[in-house]
Amino acid sequence: MKGLPILTLLTLLPLLGGFIVVGMSDRKLARRFALGFSFLSLGLALGLWKSFDAANGALQFVEKHEWIPSLGVQYFVGVDGLGLLMVLLASIVVPMALLVSNRITDRVSLYHALVLFLQAGLIGTFTALNFFHWFLFWELSLIPAFFLVRLWGGANRGPAATQFFVYTMVGSVAMLLAFLAIFHATGKMDFIELAAMGRDGSLTSALSAKLGWYGLNTKPLALIIFGGVLLGFAVKVPLMPFHTWLPATYAEAPSPVTMLLTGVMSKMGVYGFLRILLPIFPQQINWVLTPLLWLAVITIVFSACAAFAQRDLKRILAYSSINHLGYCLLAVFAVAKFTNAPEFATEKAAALNGVFLQMFNHGLTAATLFMFVGFIEQRTGGLRGLNDFGGLRKAVPVFCGLMGIALFSSLGLPGLNGFVGEFLIFKGVFPLTPWAAALSVLGILVTAIFILTIIQRVFAGPLNEKWSKLPDLTLRERVLVGIPIALMFVLGLWPRVVLDVVNSTAVRMVEQLKF
Amino acid sequence: MPWIVKNLWLIPALPLLAAGLSALAPQRYRKFSATLAIGAMIGAFLLSLCAFAHAVQHNGHDGAKEFFNFEWLQFAAGDAGVLKLGWILDPLTAVMLVMVTFVGTLIFIYSVGYMAHDENFTRFFTFLSLFAAAMLGIIIANSLLLLFMSWELVGLASYLLIGFWYHKPSAAAAAKKAFITTRIGDVFFFLGIMWLYHETGTLLFYDDGAGCLEQSALAKMVAQTTCAGIAVSAAIGILIFIGAMGKSGQFPLHVWLPDAMEGPTPVSALIHAATMVAAGVFLVARVYPLMAVHIDGAAVETVALQVITWIGAITAVFAASIAVAQNDIKRILAYSTVSQLGYMMIGLGTGGVAVGMFHLITHAFFKALLFMGAGSVIHGCHHEQDIRKMGGIRNYMPVTFLTYAVGMMALCGVPFFFSGFWSKDAILHAAHGWSVSHIPFYLGVAGALLTAFYMTRQMALVFWGKYRSHVSHETQHIKTPEVLAIKSEHQPHESPRSMTVPLIILAVCAIGLGAIGTPAWPWFQEFLGSHHEEGFTRDVVRIMMVSGLVVLVGGGLGVGLYGYVQRKRADEPDVLEKLPLGIHTWLAKKYGIDELYEMTVIRFNAWFARACAFLDEWVWGGAVTLVSYLMLGLSWLSRAFDEFVINLGFDQGCERVSKGGSLLSRLQGGRVQIYLRVIGVALVVLVLFLIWGGGK
Repeated sequence: MKGLPILTLLTLLPLLGGFIVVGMSDRKLARRFALGFSFLSLGLALGLWKSFDAANGALQFVEKHEWIPSLGVQYFVGVDGLGLLMVLLASIVVPMALLVSNRITDRVSLYHALVLFLQAGLIGTFTALNFFHWFLFWELSLIPAFFLVRLWGGANRGPAATQFFVYTMVGSVAMLLAFLAIFHATGKMDFIELAAMGRDGSLTSALSAKLGWYGLNTKPLALIIFGGVLLGFAVKVPLMPFHTWLPATYAEAPSPVTMLLTGVMSKMGVYGFLRILLPIFPQQINWVLTPLLWLAVITIVFSACAAFAQRDLKRILAYSSINHLGYCLLAVFAVAKFTNAPEFATEKAAALNGVFLQMFNHGLTAATLFMFVGFIEQRTGGLRGLNDFGGLRKAVPVFCGLMGIALFSSLGLPGLNGFVGEFLIFKGVFPLTPWAAALSVLGILVTAIFILTIIQRVFAGPLNEKWSKLPDLTLRERVLVGIPIALMFVLGLWPRVVLDVVNSTAVRMVEQLKF
Repeated sequence: MPWIVKNLWLIPALPLLAAGLSALAPQRYRKFSATLAIGAMIGAFLLSLCAFAHAVQHNGHDGAKEFFNFEWLQFAAGDAGVLKLGWILDPLTAVMLVMVTFVGTLIFIYSVGYMAHDENFTRFFTFLSLFAAAMLGIIIANSLLLLFMSWELVGLASYLLIGFWYHKPSAAAAAKKAFITTRIGDVFFFLGIMWLYHETGTLLFYDDGAGCLEQSALAKMVAQTTCAGIAVSAAIGILIFIGAMGKSGQFPLHVWLPDAMEGPTPVSALIHAATMVAAGVFLVARVYPLMAVHIDGAAVETVALQVITWIGAITAVFAASIAVAQNDIKRILAYSTVSQLGYMMIGLGTGGVAVGMFHLITHAFFKALLFMGAGSVIHGCHHEQDIRKMGGIRNYMPVTFLTYAVGMMALCGVPFFFSGFWSKDAILHAAHGWSVSHIPFYLGVAGALLTAFYMTRQMALVFWGKYRSHVSHETQHIKTPEVLAIKSEHQPHESPRSMTVPLIILAVCAIGLGAIGTPAWPWFQEFLGSHHEEGFTRDVVRIMMVSGLVVLVGGGLGVGLYGYVQRKRADEPDVLEKLPLGIHTWLAKKYGIDELYEMTVIRFNAWFARACAFLDEWVWGGAVTLVSYLMLGLSWLSRAFDEFVINLGFDQGCERVSKGGSLLSRLQGGRVQIYLRVIGVALVVLVLFLIWGGGK
């Protein structure tokens, strides 16, 4: 595949598919086309995975062309291990979501087209390395997501979608302004070059030289710019207290869309932290590190506790998502704390590898869990309350068994995928910030409580007569969930499948993190 | 490397394979899954025997610990970033392997009879096999991480098996309670692992000098101190011990174990008596070098060992006293297990690995025997578990009675002929010689007294006297044919052979096993590497006399209170209820620990969760709503400004302009007559002007 602009292809393919599908009037054909395109992307992504040089932690498959030279805009794409992993995740979750979208009967072609647009936005975000078109893709993913929630969501979709859109938009605008300021000061939009400037400190001085706002001196000025970018990503991940859009959106979105939101879109934020915030602003993160660490700990513990208080399966899982990504942020901040400490290189690499794994694992597991919730909604006419069921193990044993596996993966049971990421994160974080690690393990404990509560209320107990005729998973559905569950086992028992590909990236990232 | 060391992984892999295959099998494949599970277990047992033989042969050589390590994953650059797992064959592993696979095989066979009528028979054997695989994983692990992973899987299997009758809400609740209580311990264990990993850079126990339990790593950890002057090694040891407390039901994390009796009885026997709960003791034995390491020359007991001893001693007496006032046959045994685990901890803390492990092994046999005997009784009595409703069962179930009696005497520690006597005596002896305090010794003796008492009480109520199942206050004198018919129909019956044969085998072991660890021939202790060649010294004999006397007194009390005067009816009050100060009530209510947790921890958790949800909805969410309302207000304001200030001024300006415009536009209305008229008037004016003014 040498010489083929494979990343551009990967990005354009779903975009093209979207444009083809949107005009179709035949529902079945539209669905088939959309599925075909998503599988084509998956094939391409697997090809990318295969031809990726795992020993090399630098950017690969780079394409760089001048675009608007006067503005410093280049078309610049490339992936390292992290980008590759995220592209693969997006390419896995989108077909998963499309395959369970058969419940959508309204405006089918538009729906499928929007999902494909969303995928294009995601892959573009994970591959673009110049702020200009990176931001285009970042926004491109937001707009289809808004419409997917707004048009196909549940009863309260209107306010939820608006909140989601406005919230993320505020973050995006803050980020855009910050980057415009940076561009004004440095004339650059290239992440790699900006990271180099962040490393040697010239970014801060350039900012203060060019922007003399109201006599602000260097530090507050750089902090304001940093805060803008931080806000954009913090909303997306989300970091408490910028998370309130999430439970409502996840709960109101149709289950396949929630799969996309939690499976891939939530990773955009963490990706932004790793690709942009951490390399470009290592110094600024350090100035506000203690509050950030506290926020990460609060995110982990409070979201787990809030999940325990919920009575709607989707909302429980939504808070659980916040909790799982909280570990990623904890690790990112812990790494940032010791930017200049080569003696902690092993710990930092462990934490970053843990973050990569956790991102992928959470994407897989959370998407699978929402798939199960979709199945149950489909069978019960939209019911998904914790107390609506009871004793389902008797009526639908296969469903309960398989969903049980996914739930235990989310709980972090060793042998399944969730454990390895959390283990590496704590392996890295504990030596760096012992107190934050010690407080955060509370999150692991509370996660166990609410997940076992789901099992207790929904699966166990006497069978609720209402559901004695509930049909168990069909063969098609078993295959659909069987594949991600098999992946959970593979990643849990033999995590090298992923780690060997991303390790060199983590090591390189650690080497380049300094100021 | 010998074949058996290299392929030690096969021992857990066999049951794991069986679990995987029967998980995929449909429910109706009953025979298939049972055969598979038992076959895999027998295979594992044979391999364990090979391993044991190898360990015995190899013992005494330099490398008594043989291990095989492999690279599991790489998470950073260089050697420091390689995470290795591995397995180990040493005497400790060998002994545990044989015990677990042997007891396991018997219990698997027993389950075929016990669970014969259960609709989820296939699933039961899946879970049992999964459990066996995870437990064997703990035993062979040469890496604390691999041990922890297996440890959690054991917790999962235990969770699934306690909640096996999931349709019972009490079983589902008990399963959850067990998992979460043990996980509280595991959280500390996890932190301990992280800390250990940080300090030593490895999680392998033994790795040719580079392992975390080897000299260089230990020396490094003991040299540093952390808060309150505790050595890092001791602090890590205590964190790991908290994990062991959860699994082994030590006070105050013991609350889950009695509730775990909701599971089927073979599960109670295998998991919650013989093997899993002993995993905590095994863990402490495994990391004993870490617990015991101290700075050269300082001959004091380490803090970690002191903590272990005290917790064990408290648990031993505490649980035994609760057992005195229980009426459920399995709950009595459950509290007895908690208490015996406390003894094992005392043994580890004061006497070292060999002492604790010896009791672990003998206890596994006789406690499995007791539980399976209890299961046989329950099975025979039509699922009755209340000992007040039993009585006289020795006539109906002679095999069960005899084997149970053997188990009971082993547990009480009846001198000389029963294994429990020797292992408990070794613990008391070690506790007596402890340099820190004599109190654990006295607590141990008190526990032994209580043990003899409550077991005699149980024996008396279950097996002696007359069968009381349907004798209540109202019916005891009625002798109509109907009632008699009901009575005879509900008479207990002896259990099938698949259940009694394992009982007999275990009973033989409960008697014979003591022989391998007596002071006269301490083979077991020497095999596990402790030097113990005292023989029958004066001290040893004195302790033996004390413990024999204690058993006599306890048993005598039991016989006196429950044996001579048999209760006639099931609903009679207990003799002990006459004790002053409501002691019996306290004991029967288990000191109210469950209620205390309910009132504090659980309520706090629920409250905190609600607080978080409130914070989320009203504070964070409220702030967002506030901001959005502010924005809305601002936009209203700006609209108002637009409309009433800017637009108004603009509009007025516009109005004037347009008025002026319309005024002007009249001038150019397009009507020719007006134009002509204007032109005419203008001409007239012009002419008049010219005539008038031009004439001058």
